[in-house]
Amino acid sequence: MGLKPVLALATGMIVASFVALAEDSANLVIEGETIITTAPAPDHAENLDEVFSGWLFRSKETQALQLDDFDNPGFVFVDQGIDLFNAVDGSEGKSCAACHENVEDFAGLRTQMPRVVDGDLQTMEEQVNACRTERMGAEPWKYSGAQMTSMTALIGLQSRGLPMDVAIDGDAAPYWEKGKELYYTRVGQLDLACSNCHEANYGNMIRADNLSQGQINGFPTYRLKNAKLNSTHARFKGCMKNVRATPYAEGSAEFKALELYLASRGQGLAVETPSVRN
Amino acid sequence: MKRTITAVSVVFLGLSSAYADITAPNDVSFEDGAVELSVTGAGGNAETGRAVFLNRKQGNCLACHVNSDAADAPFHGDVGPSLDGAGDRWSEAELRGIVTNSKMTFEDTIMPAFYIEAGYNRPLEKFAGKSILSAGQVEDVVAYLLTLKE
Ligand code: HEC
Ligand code: HEC
Ligand code: HEC
Repeated sequence: MGLKPVLALATGMIVASFVALAEDSANLVIEGETIITTAPAPDHAENLDEVFSGWLFRSKETQALQLDDFDNPGFVFVDQGIDLFNAVDGSEGKSCAACHENVEDFAGLRTQMPRVVDGDLQTMEEQVNACRTERMGAEPWKYSGAQMTSMTALIGLQSRGLPMDVAIDGDAAPYWEKGKELYYTRVGQLDLACSNCHEANYGNMIRADNLSQGQINGFPTYRLKNAKLNSTHARFKGCMKNVRATPYAEGSAEFKALELYLASRGQGLAVETPSVRN
Repeated sequence: MKRTITAVSVVFLGLSSAYADITAPNDVSFEDGAVELSVTGAGGNAETGRAVFLNRKQGNCLACHVNSDAADAPFHGDVGPSLDGAGDRWSEAELRGIVTNSKMTFEDTIMPAFYIEAGYNRPLEKFAGKSILSAGQVEDVVAYLLTLKE
């Protein structure tokens, strides 16, 4: 038996998985508002026809937790984010609210992050820590710590339902190229790239998990597995460790570039922050 | 550098096996994806092979394959084809090649190479320079796959 029959078989599986997915798909309606979970793939995601939210790939039970903000365990942390937003901290004696009167003013911001500021790629976490260290005289928060994820969830929530729309041209282009390269680079003892699982095999089961496209429109994400909010970079780290690779650091140039690239692959998908996953 | 890596893995293999004629991962020779000679110089044990196949820290083959012979174990993935009848479809040498380094049979496959100790990037330190399976485990898994008849 040669290469060809098996490749044909693999293609057949992908077609079959599309069908399975279509049957399973349900509508994500939160508080009466329909959240878009599929969109035509942007031209720059050349190997995809359609983009799908990770929500579509989860079990009915997990999906249900995201349908109602009272059931969504992520909202406990959003509430903590509200407290932190109003809490005075640092040598300047200021809270976030002292300068940002209404957190709702951040509507739309999540859809554009990460973004290039003064030539550097900036994530939401870095923006928050910049305000803390430069404007409040406060200590930076840990990149994926509880305070940071509560705050990024609160800020992200203000954009819920709005389509992802990061800039990838101009001075963002080199970062995007780097992210794309990382996405397709095999790593670890298992020698796998993000694309092997999330592009070539979404819709297939890997053990008990239905592989999604690895989209980041729902971050930070509440995971049943660890009962807390998880940052995008913490998730990247987990996927790298699973293939027995040494992960890049949270906040590293590599993960920031990868985040920009992934955000661009999800262009058109609505922000779901805080989403619920297993 | 290479020398120390090999020395470490020989010690590692030495723990679990007493084979006289082990072929190190780098020395395995392929012909059209197949590996003719046993990498231990001896036959494998199908029963041990079944355990290696199932073990999540060893073969973890169910992550991607359905296998009716292991219907008692939960969660069979479907990233790869069902292995029912694999022992009919492939010869022993072909199966040894697939388990050792499936990229020699299926170009660009997602299936990991289970018996290589170099050629991958950024491994976690504790896996660096090591193969996923030992020579003995490769032969045991091959012996097990040969029992999967339709
Ligand atoms: C001393 C005033 C001050 C404080 C306190 C402050 N910020 Fe800022 N923040 C700014 C300024 C000024 C900007 C940049 C101007 C702008 O875009 O609004 C900014 C920008 C931001 C942005 C980006 C807004 C955008 O639309 O681009 C976010 C998000 C943000 N701050 C969050 C926070 C958070 C969270 C806190 C508390 C941990 C905080 N800030 C505390 C002054 C402050
Ligand atoms: C061996 C397969 C595999 C590889 C390789 C892999 N992942 Fe994952 N990833 C998973 C599984 C399984 C899940 C959980 C189910 C799902 O959403 O796909 C997951 C989930 C994710 C999620 C969460 C999606 C959501 O909706 O919340 C993101 C983001 C992600 N992966 C990114 C990556 C990135 C970036 C890489 C490359 C550095 C990568 N993954 C490599 C298997 C993999
Ligand atoms: C990450 C997923 C993955 C894992 C883990 C995996 N395989 Fe595979 N395997 C595949 C895929 C996919 C194919 C199909 C070849 C291709 O097109 O890439 C395959 C093909 C095969 C074949 C040939 C299938 C046939 O009969 O046509 C055999 C035999 C096989 N694998 C055995 C194993 C064994 C034994 C293990 C564990 C030691 C294993 N695989 C682990 C993904 C995997």
